[in-house]
Amino acid sequence: MTDPRQSPTETILASLPRRRRAEARFHFYGIAAIGIALGFLILLIGAIGHQGIGAFSQTEIALDVTLDESVLDPSGTRDPETLSTANYRAVVRATLGEIFPEAMRKRRDRRKLTELVSIGAGFELRELVLADPGLIGRTMRVWAPADDEVDMLFKGVTARDSGRFTGKQLEWLDRLEAEGRIRSAFNWRFFSNGDSREPELAGILGAMSGSFFALLTCLALSFPLGVMAAIYLEEFAPRNRWTDLVEININNLAAVPSIVFGLLGLAVFLGFMGLARSAPLVGGMVLALMTLPTIIIVTRASLHAVPPSIREAAIGLGASRMQAMLHHTLPLATPGIMTGTIIGMARALGELAPLIMIGMVAFIVDVPQGLLDPASALPVQVYIWADSPERAFAEKTAAAIIVLLAFLVVMNLTAVILRRRFERRW
Amino acid sequence: MRNALIAALFAGVAVAGTAEARDQIRIVGSSTVFPFSTAVAERFGKTTSFKTPIVEATGSGGGLKLFCTGIGEGHPDITNASRRIKAKEVKKCAENGIADVIEVKVGYDGIVLANSRDTGQMSLTLRDVFLALAHEVPDGACESADACPMKANPYNSWKDVNPDLPDVRIEVLGPPATSGTRDAFVELAMEGGCKQFAGIKAMKKADKRAYKKVCHTIREDGAYIEAGENDNLIVQKLTTNPRALGIFGFSFLDQNDDKLQGSMVNGVAPEFEEIADGNYPVSRALFFYVKKAHVGEVPGIAEFIAEFTNEATWGPEGYLADKGLIPMSDAEREEWRAAANGLQNRSM
Repeated sequence: MTDPRQSPTETILASLPRRRRAEARFHFYGIAAIGIALGFLILLIGAIGHQGIGAFSQTEIALDVTLDESVLDPSGTRDPETLSTANYRAVVRATLGEIFPEAMRKRRDRRKLTELVSIGAGFELRELVLADPGLIGRTMRVWAPADDEVDMLFKGVTARDSGRFTGKQLEWLDRLEAEGRIRSAFNWRFFSNGDSREPELAGILGAMSGSFFALLTCLALSFPLGVMAAIYLEEFAPRNRWTDLVEININNLAAVPSIVFGLLGLAVFLGFMGLARSAPLVGGMVLALMTLPTIIIVTRASLHAVPPSIREAAIGLGASRMQAMLHHTLPLATPGIMTGTIIGMARALGELAPLIMIGMVAFIVDVPQGLLDPASALPVQVYIWADSPERAFAEKTAAAIIVLLAFLVVMNLTAVILRRRFERRW
Repeated sequence: MRNALIAALFAGVAVAGTAEARDQIRIVGSSTVFPFSTAVAERFGKTTSFKTPIVEATGSGGGLKLFCTGIGEGHPDITNASRRIKAKEVKKCAENGIADVIEVKVGYDGIVLANSRDTGQMSLTLRDVFLALAHEVPDGACESADACPMKANPYNSWKDVNPDLPDVRIEVLGPPATSGTRDAFVELAMEGGCKQFAGIKAMKKADKRAYKKVCHTIREDGAYIEAGENDNLIVQKLTTNPRALGIFGFSFLDQNDDKLQGSMVNGVAPEFEEIADGNYPVSRALFFYVKKAHVGEVPGIAEFIAEFTNEATWGPEGYLADKGLIPMSDAEREEWRAAANGLQNRSM
């Protein structure tokens, strides 16, 4: 309640402390909001980093493998077909038998012993022999990946007394470790392999190249289409009911949930056009539909931000409308268009929902080599690994998220740098 | 001109897409069979000269829908299912020219109720499970269909359901209604307990719809918590909440048996041998279906069947057992292997 006898100045002075307090509170709320958001971000990244860091190393076991000709190529012809289907697992088992002869007597022990080494050991020997058949008959030391359970044991995720290992298995592992046959190495398989059902062999390369091809298609389609559409709508189209309708629809499309674009892709690209299921080409086309409205809106906004005086000056000096646009307006709007496109691409990179419908959410081992090879994508890999029962996939999931986040950060950073370098202010 | 350009681009793409012949097996279907199917696909790709088959997890129903759409490159060769193909689906397949389908039974999957090892093991009967989780339960003994009034589920503690059980609040984390695991759980466990009431059982003949509604509806008052399709999430939540029970597939219990323990159901523990012998009541058979018209057209299908039905794959010592599959008995495996490798048609 203000006293009617107070002068206006006194009233204002009296209210000053209250207003200052209100202002201070407002500042505090703002800082608190930022603080909470940052806190969650740090928590998220910290948790993922903490969990995922393990996936970048892998426990390996040294094996002195003798590539026995009588096992791998009994006929001695070095026929690639024979070499590719030979029993490399038997070679690995024999090597383990040399280290632990006592374990080879009982079938059960033999099985328990072979379990310690990943089945990938056999696959990797196969690759070596196929690349160089001259290796047959030789003995060499290879570092074979340990089974995921063993890997988890050495990383301290599973306890020794968890009941997941038999006493004998622990004994064997201790002996291997004492003999210096166990090491923790950088997990290059994570970056050079496609997906696998064995966590120790599962890699992200297939998903990365799938994402690459899909984004390439997406960019090749949505960027020219989007920019052309935006230029026409902003610079040339007459203002009438039709262009208004188009504009409203574009704005609406930008808000459509992405799964709807997946359904559209299923109906049109797969059903009507008969394109291959799971192809990154189709994935890219669906993502392009999703990114198009974003690019159109951003491009229009950037063109709109260029002062009309520049356009008018060009026209005044005799340039045609197209020349004014191509020579003056568009170059000035480019940084904004680039930024918008990169952010649109970053969003497309993280999309999973539209890919479900067109069959890209699939288990694909072979690394795709082109636009039509079946492929998955980075978010798909996260989704599939997160749903796998093996415990070692938990760290793979986190590591895949780290890779995905790294790509997103790089893309967003590029957008920021482009804006900083080329942006003009009027 | 721009439109012509776009049209040309799309047309070129369409031609490129259809002209390419498929040399890779395509598998769709159940997410329960997915971990097994993918394991076989990977080994198949790495130990033969064929390409690794592509496996999609679309769910049993979704998979059969895709499978039955037609013959030709654009359609999958194999579909996985955590249940048998339905007559309706066979009909739809036949309408689209798919008359010959090879059925292969893979093995069994147990659905477990598990809790953290920090608390005691539960020993439930199917009747307890039904009473604890049903939306409506009989009010009284329910001896006949006429004298079986129903009431909303009043039970809050396991002790209310069965005096032998501990006095712990009912809190069960399970899959959502869209999940195949949920369907199987409802059919095997809930219905199994439900029909032990004479009155409800009598209802089955009189009014099948009402019977299903009573037996298949899960309570929605917070005792049953839908925890999403991701079984790993349920496992994680169980380790932090020792009072809760979780419902998921056996392979997840198998992978986490140092943290979790399976509850006994009707006195049987959810163990490998018990499920294999058919003693554990909540288990289902897993299948895959092969389009016969594609055998020979898409390379490697017959070899893939041979790899899947190999003793080293699906036998008790095979690698699928390590992934949590419960193998069939010796006789059953022999029978299915012979039928599958002989490319015998599905017998109904």
